[in-house]
Amino acid sequence: MTSIPVPEQAGSSPSRGTALWRQVMPLALLSPAVLVTLAIVFFPMVQTAWMSLHEYVLFRPKNFDWVGLQNYLNVFQDEVFWISLRHTVLWIAITVPAQALLGLATALLLNQQFPWRPIARALIIIPWALPSVVIALMWAWIYDSNYGILNDLLLRIGILEASIPWLANPDTALYAIILTLTWQGFPFFAVMILAGLQSIPRSYYEAASLDGASPLRQFWHITLPGISGVLFTAILLRTIWVANSMDVIFVMTGGGPGYSTYTLPLYAFLEARTNLNFGYGSALAMTFTLLLLGIVILYLKRSAKAVQ
Amino acid sequence: MALGRKSTLTRVLTVDLPMLAILAFTLGPYLWMLLTSLTAEESLFTRGPSVFDLVWSNYERLFANVGFARNMLDSFIIAAGTVVVGLTLSVTAAYSFSRFEFRFKKVLLLQFLLINMFPLVLLILPLFVLMRQLGLLDTHVALIVANSTIAIPFSVWMMTSYINGIPKSLDEAAMTDGCSRLQAMRKVILPLCAPGIIATGIYIFITAWNEYLYALTLGGQNVRPITVAVQTMIGEYQVQWGLLTAGGIVGALPATILFLIVQRRLVGGLSQGAVKG
Repeated sequence: MTSIPVPEQAGSSPSRGTALWRQVMPLALLSPAVLVTLAIVFFPMVQTAWMSLHEYVLFRPKNFDWVGLQNYLNVFQDEVFWISLRHTVLWIAITVPAQALLGLATALLLNQQFPWRPIARALIIIPWALPSVVIALMWAWIYDSNYGILNDLLLRIGILEASIPWLANPDTALYAIILTLTWQGFPFFAVMILAGLQSIPRSYYEAASLDGASPLRQFWHITLPGISGVLFTAILLRTIWVANSMDVIFVMTGGGPGYSTYTLPLYAFLEARTNLNFGYGSALAMTFTLLLLGIVILYLKRSAKAVQ
Repeated sequence: MALGRKSTLTRVLTVDLPMLAILAFTLGPYLWMLLTSLTAEESLFTRGPSVFDLVWSNYERLFANVGFARNMLDSFIIAAGTVVVGLTLSVTAAYSFSRFEFRFKKVLLLQFLLINMFPLVLLILPLFVLMRQLGLLDTHVALIVANSTIAIPFSVWMMTSYINGIPKSLDEAAMTDGCSRLQAMRKVILPLCAPGIIATGIYIFITAWNEYLYALTLGGQNVRPITVAVQTMIGEYQVQWGLLTAGGIVGALPATILFLIVQRRLVGGLSQGAVKG
């Protein structure tokens, strides 16, 4: 914005060179990162869009026939698409609030004074650091129908009478994975909210309790407004990540049994990976991206405000 | 929120115990995996895991028969390569974003954020086709490129917020003393960035080390990072949970340790960017 116009007849030449350099340098410093992302992110993305307009199955590489929007029309008539969409919505609608609530509780506790607070704070982040494959396998072992500890515990307490094959049962599989993802993601909320809590001045609470406000009222009128910005940002970010995340599902059930744990990104991925149908897979991926775009734009708008 | 002096008992009941419960939920699955990995495969299905007879046999098998060491090397090469690519490209860009005003600055900065929001499937399909055409499937290069799609935007964003925290007057002072802009960046700002660069680098390393879907799609026989190796054990060996959990523990260890080391700085950086909103 502050590109100062260089006077055309600016006397001596050395200062002119410097002025030009001053204008070009910011862009020169930027260009490696921008060019590389263009090449490895934006170019492939355009390619996905291009592939989605073609009939393209990988074991027939010669055939790359233009079909226009046919793939997209097929998407909307595809029953599996609607099943996957429903699962995706369910998946987001349960996982994100569960992560947020558990994260909020954790953050509120970590914001109190107790002797082992630093240790608790460090340990709580562990799920975040683990590879999702390891998380998926670890929980698959917990859910194991014959030797899993979950069945074992529930049988011992007497809640269950017979062990449940959590991941092989179409009614429980999706929810079992949702619990896993909640476990994986709540530390992120805890950490973000904790940072928000610590930015609330202590004096607010002191003033409120002098006025006789109960802890509940303090929470409602000071704490919640104080963290609402962070919370909203975190929820947007997590919604996007949870919607996109498919590695845990892929490893735990691969979408099964039947289609009972299919989500949209997973469906797109499996379509390309197992059926090698890259044209249709790309159309699914594009459709999913467009559906997600609303939330992404909301998030970008917030970030744009923060940048200024 | 804690105000006034609460009695120790109330504190234990309202803070310590709930915190312990959450920690049990957080660490329970991990500790269970650890315990399983230290139980002999034979007794796993008869008596179940137990703290009283721990053995190393699963770990010994992991490195002796399954060749886990090679997978770790693959993971290391890919993660280290991604760190180098991510950091070299992003530090100058971050400096530029932090110190200059220019046209389209905001759009350029936001597009880096946008990249991280895109679904992985959108990239994984064309990258597979691209790498196949280039004959790069099953090489470290392919996976370094794929991981860089995540690492570069993240790194630009982190480093920009880090450099924003370094006063501009330092550059100006250096330039009054006769440094050029680039010299000021290299000699004054870069050394001050070291903690930020290290934290960002470590986070990129963790992300690349943990990455699975790219590794599965673009890797193969020659290049098989640890995440894929752990998962393939399921097929090759009739789900030997002892071996599998041992692989999980070893595979997660580097990232976990690194994470615990940098978590303070990292969490600070991540939430700074967000709390501003």
